[in-house]
Amino acid sequence: MSETAVRADIASGRGAALSIHDVSHSFELEGRPLPVLQHVSLRVEPGEFVAILGPSGCGKSTLLRLAAGLDIPRAGFLSLDGQPINAPDASRILVFQDPTLYPWRTVWSNVALGLEARGLLRSHRGRVDDVLRLVGLAGFATAYPRQLSGGMSQRAALARALVNDPKLLILDEPLGQLDSLTRIAMQQELVSLWHRTGFTALLVTHDVEEAVFLASRVIVLSERPARVMVEVVNARPYPRHRGDPHLAELRRDIMGHLGLAGSW
Amino acid sequence: MQRPWILGTAAAAWLVVALLTALWPEQAATDWEYTGHLAAAFAALGGVLALASITDLLFACPPPIKRLAPWMLALALLLGAWETVTAKLGLLPMPFFPPPQALLEVVVDDRVRLAEGVLASLRLLAGGYFVGAALGFAVGVAMGWSRAVGYWIHPVLRLVGPLPATAWLPLAFFAFPSSHSASTFLIALATGFPVTVLTWSGVASVSSAYYDVARTLGANQRFLILKVTIPAAMPHVFVGLFMGLGNSFAVLVIAEMLGVKAGLGWYLQWAQGWAAYANMYAALLIMALIFSGLITLLFRLRDWLLAWQKGLVRW
Repeated sequence: MSETAVRADIASGRGAALSIHDVSHSFELEGRPLPVLQHVSLRVEPGEFVAILGPSGCGKSTLLRLAAGLDIPRAGFLSLDGQPINAPDASRILVFQDPTLYPWRTVWSNVALGLEARGLLRSHRGRVDDVLRLVGLAGFATAYPRQLSGGMSQRAALARALVNDPKLLILDEPLGQLDSLTRIAMQQELVSLWHRTGFTALLVTHDVEEAVFLASRVIVLSERPARVMVEVVNARPYPRHRGDPHLAELRRDIMGHLGLAGSW
Repeated sequence: MQRPWILGTAAAAWLVVALLTALWPEQAATDWEYTGHLAAAFAALGGVLALASITDLLFACPPPIKRLAPWMLALALLLGAWETVTAKLGLLPMPFFPPPQALLEVVVDDRVRLAEGVLASLRLLAGGYFVGAALGFAVGVAMGWSRAVGYWIHPVLRLVGPLPATAWLPLAFFAFPSSHSASTFLIALATGFPVTVLTWSGVASVSSAYYDVARTLGANQRFLILKVTIPAAMPHVFVGLFMGLGNSFAVLVIAEMLGVKAGLGWYLQWAQGWAAYANMYAALLIMALIFSGLITLLFRLRDWLLAWQKGLVRW
């Protein structure tokens, strides 16, 4: 199958609109509620790439778990294309910071997981091969996760999400554990995957440069309990260049919002 | 093993032991019928090793045979010494220390009874082990998965589990209709406890991230149990299966000695009653070979099922 055919097949579904409406959430800590999110509202348009930045432990990951339907908020609601989010669903897939591939499955079977879970594997076997080709792991279909490098593992985790043709891809610091060279390569791959497949992307990251390089909009959250502090629109067209002075400008801007202006 | 002389020396040693066995006159007042056969067997082994060492000189011997060579040499020395101090010099008191040909005699002459014993033991062991392993696995998964099951089973397991299965023996022989069913129950109990506990702990230690991944991909409960929980817990389960197998051997032999009128354990008891020490040694040897073979089989199964793990212990 040629590159364009793969693309046409996977891009069959367009991204969906995510709407987070006045969401508050808290955890129990030693019997007392610990507020994590406070009145967070956010709308992500179909096919948009939104990055969320915020201080460590501010509740970014919690927000993503809510968007994936893994947890239910204490107050407020979330919806995808108007459908309320109250359980996990393969149309919105969370990619974790740790690739968490199943060590007992080959790369191919790991990627096939979602199709298998939904009983679609028999009719969609070809998709697994297509997606493996898309992320450049075609030659590693029969390898076990322990035989992969960190970057390859994370690409396999991306393939495991993409094979389900998600309308919303939720990325929880997916490149956080990679070395800086692999990270830069993977950022480029992520942009091109997003371009080719058309999903809506919601990314949490610690890396301001990564956020301005990837996202069309950057949301800055406050300290815990998190609320939306600033929204920075990044209208720079893709493909972007790291040396772009406009991106550097945005970066300085965002650093300032995070209270790190002095270090720049 | 890069020392070709070891293979040749082992061959020579076996041939020497064969000659020693055949030609050195035995103690007066003994009448071993199988001395000639034993010598022939030693000579045959020596011949095979000699052939192997010639092959090795001319071409190259397969490494597995070369790896065995030092052991072959050691065994030749051991059997030579055994033969010398028993049949030839009579240094050790009879009937407690029979010579090797006496064991050969038992294995050949009493082969029917021994084979029946082996079959009876294997049948009893297999029944009890499979029932115990299957139940233990099911209960372990249920305990790890369901809080309610864990709540009710855990105290029972804590109280009853540490009790050695053999402590139930008098009660079991009284309560069950046959000694066979009683022994099956005891072996199942001895197997089931470690399998339950290890399966349970395996299920409990499955990383919650594995579940998050499957759930975000749309997996239902059934898929989570079958495709996430169980495969992730398998390494623990196998530890339980190994422990259970060891326990089941112990209970098997005791049950056969005390109640079941068949099997290798019973044969040992019977041989002791007749002071037939050669029969006891032969039965012990056969038992060791069978139990070791079963453990090897379980290791093979694990290596095959858990091929994805790295650095497994070799048996």
